[in-house]
Amino acid sequence: MKKLLGLFVFFLLLYGLPILITFEPPERSFHYHLARDIGYYGVLTLGAGVLIISGGIDLSMGSVVGLTATLLPMLLVRVSEDSLLQQLAALLAVLAVGMFIGLLHGLLVTKLRLQPFVVTLCGLFIYRGLARWISGEQVMGLGNQFAPLKGFLYADPVGPLPRFFVIFLILAMLVGIFLHATVYGRYLFAIGGNERAARFAGIAVDRYKILAYVICSVLSAFAGILYVMQHNSALPSNTGNFYELYAIAAAVLGGCSLRGGEGTVPGMVLGTAIIWLLERLTLMLGIRSELLSTVVGAFLLAGVILEEILRRFQAEPRSE
Amino acid sequence: MNTPFASKTERAATSPVLEAVGICKAFPGVQALSHVSVRLYPGEILAVVGENGAGKSTLMKILAGVLQPDSGQIFLDGRPVHFRSVQEAQSHGIALIHQELNLVPQLDVAANIFLGREPTCAGPLRWLSSDIYNQAAIYTRDLGLQIPLTIPVKHLPVGQQQLVEIAKALSLSSRILIMDEPTSSLTQRESERLFEIIRRLSRQGVSIIYISHRLREVEQIADRVTVLRDGRNAGELQRGQIHHEAMVRLMVGRELRQFYHREFAQTSDNRVLVRVSDLRLHPGQRQPIHFSLRHGEIVGLAGLMGSGRTRLVETLFGIRPKLTGQIYLDGEPLSIRSPRDAIRAGIYLVPEDRKQHGLILSDSVRHNISLSSLRELSRYRFIDWRREKDLAQRLVQQLAIRTPHLDQPVGLLSGGNQQKTVLARWLARQPRWLLLDEPTRGIDVNAKSEIYALIDALVQQGVAILFVSSEMEEILGLCDRVLVMHQGELAGELPRTQMSEEAIMRLATGGAKLP
Repeated sequence: MKKLLGLFVFFLLLYGLPILITFEPPERSFHYHLARDIGYYGVLTLGAGVLIISGGIDLSMGSVVGLTATLLPMLLVRVSEDSLLQQLAALLAVLAVGMFIGLLHGLLVTKLRLQPFVVTLCGLFIYRGLARWISGEQVMGLGNQFAPLKGFLYADPVGPLPRFFVIFLILAMLVGIFLHATVYGRYLFAIGGNERAARFAGIAVDRYKILAYVICSVLSAFAGILYVMQHNSALPSNTGNFYELYAIAAAVLGGCSLRGGEGTVPGMVLGTAIIWLLERLTLMLGIRSELLSTVVGAFLLAGVILEEILRRFQAEPRSE
Repeated sequence: MNTPFASKTERAATSPVLEAVGICKAFPGVQALSHVSVRLYPGEILAVVGENGAGKSTLMKILAGVLQPDSGQIFLDGRPVHFRSVQEAQSHGIALIHQELNLVPQLDVAANIFLGREPTCAGPLRWLSSDIYNQAAIYTRDLGLQIPLTIPVKHLPVGQQQLVEIAKALSLSSRILIMDEPTSSLTQRESERLFEIIRRLSRQGVSIIYISHRLREVEQIADRVTVLRDGRNAGELQRGQIHHEAMVRLMVGRELRQFYHREFAQTSDNRVLVRVSDLRLHPGQRQPIHFSLRHGEIVGLAGLMGSGRTRLVETLFGIRPKLTGQIYLDGEPLSIRSPRDAIRAGIYLVPEDRKQHGLILSDSVRHNISLSSLRELSRYRFIDWRREKDLAQRLVQQLAIRTPHLDQPVGLLSGGNQQKTVLARWLARQPRWLLLDEPTRGIDVNAKSEIYALIDALVQQGVAILFVSSEMEEILGLCDRVLVMHQGELAGELPRTQMSEEAIMRLATGGAKLP
């Protein structure tokens, strides 16, 4: 609780920074683009977070984004622009690819007892290669077709809020309820906390671990769809590169422990918000954009160090 | 360690090699030690006993430089010393051998002994020298050890790993060895071997502080006993006064009456509840295992460490697959392939290693209690938080689990309260057959007697209990019958009338059952 509050205060301070520096509120587009980016990358943070809580990790998320973002235009150009049903089928097919990938990861990790890091690292290479191969290294785009679909998923704001942000809030709520209020979520925390004890408590550990991988990969595939909606096209060799690292960083910043068993959805939301606010600020304050990842890394490191210091401070014996 | 010391009879005249005076140490919320004093003479074997939480481990950590005292003074050879780190204590010849060993499993014995101080060849590159084996042999020979120096320590039995730790301590020219529960994972034979070595070291002038819950061992080995209670000195026993009862009396500060609380009331319902037939655990097993339990019966499962008791209960609970065999509950055949199947049938296991297998240590008491009952506590798989809280509250009260609140991480509770939390998880459901694997290991005397009372209450409700224990007194005090295992086989069964320490040990060590 304290940690969430701390993150929230930190976010507010950062958010107020532009006013302190320039003495004038940022333009409206600053807020809009920030909300859009939080919405987009937040979808991935949720996937990474659920998996990290269950004690897993997925390094292939960015490649899954790339593969599905390449696949979607290829499917969509084959369906009629007038048939929403066919378009929906294309979206579902892309999500099914994500589901299949997650299932594969989950089965390899649980049934063959392979290390998640290794399995998904292989995935990172494999899906990226597949994306480049199926597209023949061509940029896959939608042109100016499918305006209603793009409007529904990306372009049309909901009141003042970008679509992505609203979609993300809905997903965050669903994942939050799943993680914190259902039996399954509680099982994921237990498995991440102590897998063997969870098994001794009668939890079907393998089943729920696989579920966590599926959730993560399906959310990655969904992020692939959103990517195409925003950018209208995907670059097979590039789209989604490093996204998994931003997602993991946001989840960790938000309080997910890589040891598993710890984390909250509000934390994931705040973690994502802080990282992408930092990005906006570096742009706005004229810091060279090449330094963006350096800024993010430095802040994450500072956060982790601060947390460790606080932990030690609290563990210090008090005199009585 | 090479200094010749006076013989034991002359020791009264010598001055202590190590003395701690008025040691105080507080942790958040607890005063772990208040004004504790302890003396150690050259070549002496001093046992420090006390309930869990009495402050033994804290005191040892202070003596070994792991922790620093809030106040108090340590004297070494009469001179005041301050240890700011383990290295400093080590350089003064004090070595602490932890319950959990500090070896690198992949490295061989010699490399472990000289870890961080590897002998090197002359020259700028400091190649590792093969002389390490000759040097290591000096110390192992000193201990009378016959362990190959070139094999990775992970391939050694725990007992020998412990001896490697001792050799390492000696190679640091330690003259004070502090051993924290050294026999907790040793077999009887390994323990005896360790005692021999401890005595030998003591004859060579090494002073030893020995911490153990096993009072029989203390009787066997200690020259003197210091008892701690609630972080204070509770008394001292000299040679000749060291008896089990005397130690227990000082530890708990009162006479133990009816420690093993058992009514042995013959219930009218003595139908067979569980029947296990033709059970084979592994291919090497010669005889299949058969046994049965009646309603309200406590059946002990005795045997030496590694005799297959844990394997048997884990197989019954569905953690491990069985080769053949059938389990009947109330005459119904069960198909148990996973713990879930066992739990559905009302068969619950309290595992031997509660930290590894029993609890989610980072999670709260509440969540740990409800973990196996979540489906019953939920509607459409949404957890009903109020019912969950009520359940946890009720069980915390019923079992007297001492926790500041329900959201306390269970890892911060004492061993006894952790074990009660594991039990609470199963009492939240209606148990029919409980498998208890060393349920009182490493927990304090009060929590033990509470667990015994709980077991007694359960059997009076008709629950059957299979009770694995390495503490002979427990088996003799609690059980209606005892099954004895030896090297993965069921070696025999003894009814209460024939149960004795000798009869059980005979079966456990491969001897025949007395006629």
